[in-house]
Amino acid sequence: MSQVIEDKVIDEKLEWSRINADVIASMQAPRKAYWVTVFVCLTMFLCAIAAEIYQYKMGLGSAGLNNPHMWDMYIATFVFWIGMSHAGTLLSAILHIIHAQWRKPIYRFAEAMTTFSLMTAGFFPMIHLGRVWNLYWVLPYVSDRGIWPNFRSPLVWDAFAISTYLSSSALFLFIGMIPDMAILRDHTTGWRKKLYGILCLGWRGDDRQWRNFRRTYMLLACFLIPLAISVHSIVSSDFAMSIMPGWHVTTFPPYFVAGALYSGCAAIMTLFVCLRYFFRMEEYMTLNIMEKTCKLTFAIAMVWTYLNLIEFSSTWYGHNIYDKEVLIAKATGPYAAVFWTMIFCGCVVPFTLCFQKLRRHMPSMFVVSILLNLGMYVERWMIVAPTLAQAHSPHQWDVLWGSVIQWAIVFGSFGWFGLLFLVFVKLFPCVSMYEVKELCFHLKHEIEEEEKAKKHATTKAAGKAEEGSGRTAPGTPGLEGA
Amino acid sequence: MSRHRLLAMFKDFDDAFDVVDKIKAKEVSGVEVDDINMMSPIEHPNVDEKLGKRPINIAYFTLAGAIFGVTFGFFFLSSAQASFLVQPQGGKPVVPLPTNFVLMYEMLIFFAVWTTVICFIFLSGLGQKRGTLYSEKLTVDEIGIVVEIDDSELDSVKNFFKNNKALEIREEKV
Repeated sequence: MSQVIEDKVIDEKLEWSRINADVIASMQAPRKAYWVTVFVCLTMFLCAIAAEIYQYKMGLGSAGLNNPHMWDMYIATFVFWIGMSHAGTLLSAILHIIHAQWRKPIYRFAEAMTTFSLMTAGFFPMIHLGRVWNLYWVLPYVSDRGIWPNFRSPLVWDAFAISTYLSSSALFLFIGMIPDMAILRDHTTGWRKKLYGILCLGWRGDDRQWRNFRRTYMLLACFLIPLAISVHSIVSSDFAMSIMPGWHVTTFPPYFVAGALYSGCAAIMTLFVCLRYFFRMEEYMTLNIMEKTCKLTFAIAMVWTYLNLIEFSSTWYGHNIYDKEVLIAKATGPYAAVFWTMIFCGCVVPFTLCFQKLRRHMPSMFVVSILLNLGMYVERWMIVAPTLAQAHSPHQWDVLWGSVIQWAIVFGSFGWFGLLFLVFVKLFPCVSMYEVKELCFHLKHEIEEEEKAKKHATTKAAGKAEEGSGRTAPGTPGLEGA
Repeated sequence: MSRHRLLAMFKDFDDAFDVVDKIKAKEVSGVEVDDINMMSPIEHPNVDEKLGKRPINIAYFTLAGAIFGVTFGFFFLSSAQASFLVQPQGGKPVVPLPTNFVLMYEMLIFFAVWTTVICFIFLSGLGQKRGTLYSEKLTVDEIGIVVEIDDSELDSVKNFFKNNKALEIREEKV
């Protein structure tokens, strides 16, 4: 079988009208499991609302936050959600720039994931503040006493970086959806038609629009990549710019970026399995695409593992006693079980992705992706909690496991994200219709060209053979004759 | 003399490109290749080759947005810092460049992205009122060629399209 046919991620013979019909039908009639998941997410979110109301009334003490544990799970969860947002950038922007065709059927939901995980992440600094009403102090706004925020603080950089990233990724998602909005405008009725009619901004698909669209999309992709890297580097600066043991590490920015890409990929795998089932997308979210996603995840998992080793060894050989004690405490102290869960889920579980049978088995991939996500969540917790539990002064040493309030809010954040995401995929196509058409178009032409080339080669070979036999015939003995 | 706009629909890109080639070869009068607008459900990779290179000016605006962002970022931060001398500086400069670079970088991207998107909307003619010459099949699988012609050429151009595998022809008065 030829390489093009073997590697093809979608059936190129899919008719364009069928692509439209399938995607639109999937949005209108998902499986029952979709509604069950919406209900579960809503319940989780309501738990978080109740917990937040309680915390708002009783103060941060009810969450168990106190000196030295002033950050704990809230900031670990904030870092986790920021990390998740890198999936869209990786799958959409980076793979778009390198012309990886297989991203086309699945990049839309990865982009949506970016936007919604940023929206979820944005809640945690607010929740963790306690005095939510003072959030505007972070904004670049001069108070009536002439005081500006401290622009030297990475916490203010966070506010700038995250708001830039959120607006840019939302625009990137929106621009990429315009041609699909036009398809929906033309092929739906009622309120949907009105909604998509407004959102497609009058797209007609003429050559001027396509040319500008392509250039704009490419430019946005080019900006989004350095932006994503800067966002997570800045988030890592929240830790690395302090002098706390375990945080003051030079490799933190790349470590954070790799961790972000890793958790993003794992989340893509989870959502891939769910969407494929909920919306009957087996023909679009194919096993070949899952395989490629798994391979990418494995590669990033190995980078993350390597950066972990670098961090451990530089602490070990660095001879900074405080850093070393935190490292030893992570592996043997009260948080040891969590630490080894992180190592198992983050470094060992990805090796299951080496097996093709597993990569093509959706239930297994669902479990594996959940384990990877678990590993990446506890990784963030392992960054925050052990350092706070064992800072420089022994009088500050204290182990904290987070109160029910903290757990409920963290748990509910997954419900909030899930809810946003599920509403999005019900309202907007999770598979990009025009990109899938492009993919089919190119694939068809590639296969045709390859077949032509093969035919040409066969004819040429036959011609040569004839020529050869013709040459040996007169006078010279052939092999048999010899 | 009044003018008409015609939309001819074709089954696929090959049929539409054949028509473009014939227009280029002057097989029909009153239509130039520069007047052709091609509407399609996807962007064909060879569309520039067939219709000729047409300008895309978005990147200039992106550059302008980026320059504005970085300049605005610098002046905004430094003016805020310079007017806030109450804050203890601890021997550090009032306007610290290394930390400001981070925020200037963010502002560069912020303004560049917004400028790009706004210019895309304007330069693509999105959000503007257009004529009624459109078919829903253009977002399914058919390719449309739009031309603007004088009344006197209307019949000959229509016949030309019909003889060249046009599935449907629509027209409107300009």
